[in-house]
Amino acid sequence: MTPSTARVARTIGLEIWLPIVLVVVWWFASANSTSVYFPPLSSILGSFAHDWLDPAALPKNLVPSLQLLALGYLLAVVTGIVLGLVLGLVAPLERATRPLLEVLRAIPGVALLPIFIVLFGIDLQMKVLLIAFGAFWPVLLNTIDGVRGIEPVLLDVSRVFRVGRMRRLVSIVLPGASPQIFAGARTALAIALIIMVVSETIGGNGGVGYFLLNAQRNFAISSMWGAILALGILGYLLNIVLRIIERSVLRWHRLQQARLESQP
Amino acid sequence: MTITGSKKLQQAAGGNTDVALAARGLGHAYHGRNVLSSIDFEVRRGEFVCIVGPSGVGKTTLLRCLAGLQASTSGTVMIAGEPVTEPVPGVALVFQDYSRSLMPWASVLHNVTLPLRANGTSRAAAREEGLRALTLVGLDDVAAGMYPWQLSGGMQQRVAIARALAYNPALLLMDEPFASVDAYTRADLEDLMLRLQRELSLTVVLVTHDIDESVYLSDRVIALNGSPASVADIVEIPLGAERDQVGTKSTAEFAALRGRVHALIRGSRGSADATEARE
Ligand SMILES: Nc1ncnc2c1ncn2[C@@H]1O[C@H](COP(=O)(O)OP(=O)(O)O)[C@@H](O)[C@H]1O
Ligand SMILES: [Mg+2]
Repeated sequence: MTPSTARVARTIGLEIWLPIVLVVVWWFASANSTSVYFPPLSSILGSFAHDWLDPAALPKNLVPSLQLLALGYLLAVVTGIVLGLVLGLVAPLERATRPLLEVLRAIPGVALLPIFIVLFGIDLQMKVLLIAFGAFWPVLLNTIDGVRGIEPVLLDVSRVFRVGRMRRLVSIVLPGASPQIFAGARTALAIALIIMVVSETIGGNGGVGYFLLNAQRNFAISSMWGAILALGILGYLLNIVLRIIERSVLRWHRLQQARLESQP
Repeated sequence: MTITGSKKLQQAAGGNTDVALAARGLGHAYHGRNVLSSIDFEVRRGEFVCIVGPSGVGKTTLLRCLAGLQASTSGTVMIAGEPVTEPVPGVALVFQDYSRSLMPWASVLHNVTLPLRANGTSRAAAREEGLRALTLVGLDDVAAGMYPWQLSGGMQQRVAIARALAYNPALLLMDEPFASVDAYTRADLEDLMLRLQRELSLTVVLVTHDIDESVYLSDRVIALNGSPASVADIVEIPLGAERDQVGTKSTAEFAALRGRVHALIRGSRGSADATEARE
């Protein structure tokens, strides 16, 4: 227990020293700033605390973003995995759709914003769908690759022992593809975050993107910087959440990789 | 109606119910290149039969056809009197490469119980049967809870054998199961298979390139040679039920049988020796 705790502490120490140094440098370098665009860090942090740490501000500033992100991202992950399994398992279908998928996924999600507004309006539905569309591709393509990369001997095993389709999917295909699926989900999260901010600048439903635009319009520069800081921290925390889930689901994979590396 | 009819016909026509497996005129070609040609043999219930031949001769291809994993391009495989077109119930297969045939994300026990759960066995019953099968191959509850890749190669192949045993197979097929473990482990696993086959009255068809192994394990050895491969001959191995690595292998009888199988596999070049050995 103790050695592992020590290791975690060391990792955190290694990760955190540079940000601390940078913040300190920023603090002192900006302390006497009179520039309108680069206010002192103390004033940015003041805005940050006011806009993002005050429970009264959260329902307007943060909750809508989290809701939107959760809906869009989960929709992307679920549909990406389901369709990825289908296309990964049915080779002719995958071959037929591959060129189409390559074109569609090359379209940056935010480029579809105008069309989505025309099609779905400017409310939650449009934003969820836009996030889902953008974040869907990495999940889909990684799931397809993961499924196609499954050890063929295991599929033979499942045939010989007459493991039914559903059980094969759940016990062999899904776990076999899971390392790839998680890699796709991580990329998808970053994309979802970007589209979330952009889509929130449309309409007046609150959230981080709306807040940013509003701050800019009101020339509240400290608040803008504070919102950017909040976005960075939000992305970082969401990544940590995903990593914690991944570490537990892919525990076998991590341990096995570590073992392979430790062996010559 | 027709199926029952044809089954009756076969039995009437001398179809022996003691035959667990039969290959009749079996042939296989990859992209027009013949690998197997008119393979004929029968395996009786309770028999331990080894199919021996050099690497690349087509042993895996043959075994896959027997298991119904691959359709033969000519001839038929009969299991329990029925032609095989896809994997049939009661046939278990132990693959050559244990590191690829076991699920790395599942515990040893979960690997062993997957086929049981798939055929409708309850979780509790599958667990019990899985643990019993693991005990049969010498693995305890601690190993049952580990990931397969945390075990040595020999132990992993034991897991694969336990998975096959838990399936309670009427026919156990094994593809070079001991080819990737060291010599000591191999000897242990060979003796394990002899013991299990006797105690559980298993019907085993084991493929190997190792002549000593084939003679040591078998009641009969089916020697493959040629390209495309066919059955050179089938050799009875009257070494009795009790065998041991040192004693059995140092008998003159063992040496003679080994020489004979060797000569068969060497094909035309060795055919003179083969005739000699047979006399
Ligand atoms: N899927 C395949 N496609 C084409 N050729 C194959 C395939 N599998 C095996 N072969 C060829 O068939 C021959 C027999 O292979 P195999 O049955 O694996 O032999 P063995 O198990 O005796 O080593 C080899 O020449 C091999 O290259
Ligand atoms: Mg082979």
